[in-house]
Amino acid sequence: MRRGWLSGLVFVVSMGLDVLFPRQEHVVFWWHRVPAFAVLYGWLGCLALLSGAQWLRRTWLERDVDDDGEESACC
Amino acid sequence: MLLSTLHPAAVLLGMALLATLTRGVLRQIALLVGTGAAVWVVLHLAPGAHAAVPFPLAPLRLLHVDALSVVFALIFSLSTALNMLYALHRDATGELVASLVYASAALGVVFAGDWLTLFTCWEVMAIASVWIIWCGGTARARAAGMRYVLVHMVGGACLLCGILLHLAQQGSVGLHALTSGTAPASAAFWLILLGVGINAAIPPLHAWLPDAYPEASVTGSVFLSVFTTKTAVYVLIRLFPGAEVLVWAGTIMTLYGVLYAILADDARRLLSYHIVSQVGYMVTGVGLGTDLALNGATAHAFCHILYKALLFMAVGAVIQATGQRTLYDGGGGRRHLPLVCGAYLVAACSISGVPGFNGFISKSMIVSAALEAHRPVPEILLTLASVGTFFSVGLKLPMLLFFGPDRGGSVRPVPPNMGLAMLVSAGLCIGLGLFPHWLYDYLPFRAPYHPYTAEHLVSTLQLLLGTGLGFWCCYDGLRHAPRGLLDTDWFYRQLIARLFAALVVGARQAGVHIETCGLSALRLLRQAVHHPMVVLRPFGRWPWSAGASVPPAARPWPEVVYDADRLRRPVGVTIFWILLFFVLVALYGLT
Repeated sequence: MRRGWLSGLVFVVSMGLDVLFPRQEHVVFWWHRVPAFAVLYGWLGCLALLSGAQWLRRTWLERDVDDDGEESACC
Repeated sequence: MLLSTLHPAAVLLGMALLATLTRGVLRQIALLVGTGAAVWVVLHLAPGAHAAVPFPLAPLRLLHVDALSVVFALIFSLSTALNMLYALHRDATGELVASLVYASAALGVVFAGDWLTLFTCWEVMAIASVWIIWCGGTARARAAGMRYVLVHMVGGACLLCGILLHLAQQGSVGLHALTSGTAPASAAFWLILLGVGINAAIPPLHAWLPDAYPEASVTGSVFLSVFTTKTAVYVLIRLFPGAEVLVWAGTIMTLYGVLYAILADDARRLLSYHIVSQVGYMVTGVGLGTDLALNGATAHAFCHILYKALLFMAVGAVIQATGQRTLYDGGGGRRHLPLVCGAYLVAACSISGVPGFNGFISKSMIVSAALEAHRPVPEILLTLASVGTFFSVGLKLPMLLFFGPDRGGSVRPVPPNMGLAMLVSAGLCIGLGLFPHWLYDYLPFRAPYHPYTAEHLVSTLQLLLGTGLGFWCCYDGLRHAPRGLLDTDWFYRQLIARLFAALVVGARQAGVHIETCGLSALRLLRQAVHHPMVVLRPFGRWPWSAGASVPPAARPWPEVVYDADRLRRPVGVTIFWILLFFVLVALYGLT
């Protein structure tokens, strides 16, 4: 619960700063005009990367390791 | 004049020779002075200096100095000196010599002015680096080194074939960009790119790196993290600036490395995957091909060598002190090893692109180059990779290795030379981050860039803050039991296993079969020589070998394989034939 509140607070403060002091230079793509895009992208990107990586691990990538650490599929 | 054309690789090779002849404090002093002298020689190289030696086909241009080669040579020699300081306490002569040969071969590639010199130094690097891996001394190191050799043999063969094809088509032995012409890419272009791409660890040709680097010794890993991939980046900048395929290869690399780093359990394997990711930024910069992007690739290679070596140094110090390799063995590093923890955090801030650290001044240059080139997909994906980098190296690894629960166990002191090397490296990371012109003044292309703008600072800090919050929300989900991860090396491991089964086991079985047949034939021959009638016995029952055609089990008498008294013809028969011969000769003579 505390995490959610703090995340929301940071997001709102960042958005407020971006609205008050809008970006003037290097505005090339549409997301550069979105307030607090970087915070949101960092937060969502973090969750997306972790979820994607865990899904890949469970679906394809994970394999058992022997007691001595050698992978069972090793040559 | 002599100093301005002295090859720095010669200095390091001299040190390698000296390392075999000396021991103890004398060797330590010699190694420090020698590697420091290599840095000094690089700084005093005259721009445009060149040196060649005669060779039957064309003179070998061993030394060709320009702005690009000086930047790479400077960081290679500087890193060699720092890494040597880190490894100074070790008495492993073989590894020290291999490391110096490896560094000198990398300098040889950087200053190579022709294809043959480049290829020769390239292969020496491969030999020296596998030597370092094998110096790890474990069964896993030996197996990983063998796979490393096989992959680099393929890479070297591709590079050699490409070079020979290129020489046959162009006739010029001098190095020049292969992307400068308007002609479509030739087979030579792709073969050389493949050979260099293997060393740059471009997926799916990258698996040798996270497979082998964690298996070397603590000091060996630090050396390995510096040269092979960054030499490949140098060659890519030299030969393939603006190659569109590299934009996408590099972008994929950044995310591929990050995804695996998020999952990795072994600390050094995690860092190895991040080499793939960070080299991806450089490869993207080479592919973009603008002056800013190429400067960005060069600057990022420079900064990456510093902070990546520092990351390997810090993790290596933890391994040296506690013996723990994986992230889940304990997390008391902050309390027991505060200096190491501090050095690690400096390197983690650098690789994450935190303002004030050197990664910020170089990585942002490549992302800005993508922005200026109006490449939205690479720009947004490179930014996403930055998120993953901060997540895994800046948050996950230190939380588990340094700030996690302390599970006890003995902690050995870290040798002072290791601590000093980490301190100097950390100082350089911060120094370059605060004073970027120290590096920018050396960059080879004219492309002004200012990293510390208000907007850039704000957006970077927002991105890091968002990532930190995301990590805080999902930190509990990171705790999973250590398991192995499949990577593209699975394919060639399977291929090797099957080739081994088909060729080695098959050949062995064929050999056993041939040997059995040969022995049977020899046995038969022996019997034939002994007495032909025994061999001919299967054709029927001979009157003088009673019972030979009867199955052995049905014979009421004991089997006699050979009995001279029964089987040998009587002497009278022989005399009869001799007499007959003489009679015939006599009759012939009479007629």
